[in-house]
Amino acid sequence: MIAIFKLSWYTIVMVNLGNDEIVKYPFLTEAGKYLNDLGFSLEQFGTDPDLKKIVDNAFERIITSSEGRIFKSDPSSNNSALPLEIFSFLIAVILLKLSGMNTLIRRFSLAEARRAEKFLEKDLMNHQDITKAKLSLQILQELFSVTVEKIDEEFTILVSDYLKHSINFHEREWKLINRKVTNGKVHLTPHETVRLVRKELDRHIYTKINSSSTPEMIIGFETYVDKLKQLAKKFEVKTVESKEFPPCIKHAIEVLEKGENLPHSGRFLLATFLLNKGQTVEQIAPLFKNAPDYNPKVTIYQLNQLSGISGTTEYKSPSCEKVKSQNLCFPVPACDTIINPLQFGRKRV
Amino acid sequence: MNGKDVTFLEDTFKKFYFEHFDLLHVPDDPNQREFGYQKFNGGMNRHISLKSDKELHLLLMQNKPSDVYCSNARYMFPNLPMSEKDWQNAELIFDIDAKDLRKEHPKNNTLIKCSECNEISELGESCPKCNSTKLSFTTLTCDDCIKSTKDEVLKLNKILIDDLGINEENIKIFFSGNEGFHIYVHKSEYESVGSRERAELSDYIMFRGGIPETFGFRKFNTNKSSLPKFDDVGWNGRLAKHLFQTKSNRSKISQEILSGGYALFQKKLENFRDSIGIKIDPNVTQDIHRIFRLPGSINSKSGLTKIFVEDLKKFDPYTDACFIDDEEIEVAANCPIEFSLKKKKFGPFNNEQVSVPKFAAVYMMCKGVASCV
Ligand code: SF4
Ligand SMILES: [Zn+2]
Ligand SMILES: [Zn+2]
Repeated sequence: MIAIFKLSWYTIVMVNLGNDEIVKYPFLTEAGKYLNDLGFSLEQFGTDPDLKKIVDNAFERIITSSEGRIFKSDPSSNNSALPLEIFSFLIAVILLKLSGMNTLIRRFSLAEARRAEKFLEKDLMNHQDITKAKLSLQILQELFSVTVEKIDEEFTILVSDYLKHSINFHEREWKLINRKVTNGKVHLTPHETVRLVRKELDRHIYTKINSSSTPEMIIGFETYVDKLKQLAKKFEVKTVESKEFPPCIKHAIEVLEKGENLPHSGRFLLATFLLNKGQTVEQIAPLFKNAPDYNPKVTIYQLNQLSGISGTTEYKSPSCEKVKSQNLCFPVPACDTIINPLQFGRKRV
Repeated sequence: MNGKDVTFLEDTFKKFYFEHFDLLHVPDDPNQREFGYQKFNGGMNRHISLKSDKELHLLLMQNKPSDVYCSNARYMFPNLPMSEKDWQNAELIFDIDAKDLRKEHPKNNTLIKCSECNEISELGESCPKCNSTKLSFTTLTCDDCIKSTKDEVLKLNKILIDDLGINEENIKIFFSGNEGFHIYVHKSEYESVGSRERAELSDYIMFRGGIPETFGFRKFNTNKSSLPKFDDVGWNGRLAKHLFQTKSNRSKISQEILSGGYALFQKKLENFRDSIGIKIDPNVTQDIHRIFRLPGSINSKSGLTKIFVEDLKKFDPYTDACFIDDEEIEVAANCPIEFSLKKKKFGPFNNEQVSVPKFAAVYMMCKGVASCV
């Protein structure tokens, strides 16, 4: 069987993508085409009592993902005449599209990404079956533009590719300094290799589902779809911003109010923070008037630089990690879950 | 700077440019670069687009700039405001400057200027005239500083080649025109990476953020064999050489490290930043929208030229980057310490009118310790 799947700007033809591969990576298929090729129509799933079990499974698959769990494969189910797990994935996507509930699509993509991750890792390490290892390398290459080379038990990728992904992680062990780096390559275990593209895998599945077209309502699917709509309400979140500043910002303001010297990094933090919160240069400038070296012209000029009016760069607030390294961080419990002072006080209700 | 000095320097720089157009070129893909220049006592003019050496030379003749800059970035629209430029990629650049290597101001080569009364004097804690502690520091020529800066450049290059896989031929070293070097990496896969990735590269090069586990020290069950070894690649190998000095010391010192415990080793790793980390200026590397002094142009902080360095070991900036002629001229000099250029010593001058070659006069005027008479 030849499965063709389209990405945004190129088409990959994976020759001989067998059912046992599609079971692991069902998002590689084009749902409609896959069903068509096997001689099924969507309508059948709504009406044929034998296929109802698959719709139930699909629904379960969504529920499981909404609870943050990973749907467990049942290997035996795929030995039956019909590739049940592939069907349940495809039908789940249809149900999600019909419900139009974005929160559920998010949760579903994430869970499916985690599921695929496990298979990818296993396949990478597969020494017996070279084609399995090859497919996983190909997925990494074509979906995430990461060229992974296998050298004995180790995997290497280009430092530049590594950085593009690793900068999204905040744990220290992902810093380049904590990696074995030689000849422009970073050495990784299979687990780390796959972990590196976790976010992208999630995003890939998410955009794929999002960009696929929504069919007309299918007779027999209505109850499932209604239940999903109900379920989604549970996850609706609203955020409110408290007016309170994070401790690092309070500290910076205090220092300035006392007329003490705030190091450049502290001023940068304070200014970028307030600018990002929507304050104007004119509102912020007076804060600095007690500084020992206050010069109104210079201050306004510098603030304009930061805010981007003078046309160089718009600066983001430094991350908590950065602030910490500058000894300007004075964390309180509310700081535990944030990585940038700008997020302080953003609460879910 | 007073008007007379400005005119003098402008004319001198212009003459240099006129006679050395061969040194001044637009880089590859000139139409994708942003250029900028400053005038003496003036602000920065940025977002300029130049398409050829001819246009560059014209700008130099017409505007008599004190400093000229060009982006390492390529943009679709280099002359639009930053947010509309459409950044494409940028050469990787590193800046190693003597000021970042020094732990303190070198006694014999630093002078202080008092911000209160403008007195210029030898290095001290406070102004000898009015006792103010609001001082600015100016360093004059110093061979030791150049030597240690060069060593740092060599260490950087080794990491670029061995660890980051950069082809040696694509690394170009430039003297910055004052007291440092700019290292350009051309045609590498790093051209496409953004600012955060470059910050990570800086941390790597500076040995920042290392955790004990990386060097084989786990919280539990650590033994000597997992600690760095002499022949390890990357930072493990460099750290081993720093820790053990010789292979035969490894066993003994490893044992000491282990008995010291995890927390102590962690602390030590932080301190090693100073001893083995390369002292680049991380802001320079991670700012992908910066404009850099254009090679071949004069640095108005010194009157020396930013110039390509062919052979780093032999390179002597105080001769090789000093292009102003040696016509004798009179200046009022207030330079309480000695400096040397083109292998000649000058100063100290104590508020006196002296006759010196033009290159020395320009140097002192750029450093703010002399004026036209
Ligand atoms: S954790 Fe972040 S927000 Fe909290 S004090 Fe530190 S830097 Fe500020
Ligand atoms: Zn004084
Ligand atoms: Zn020195």
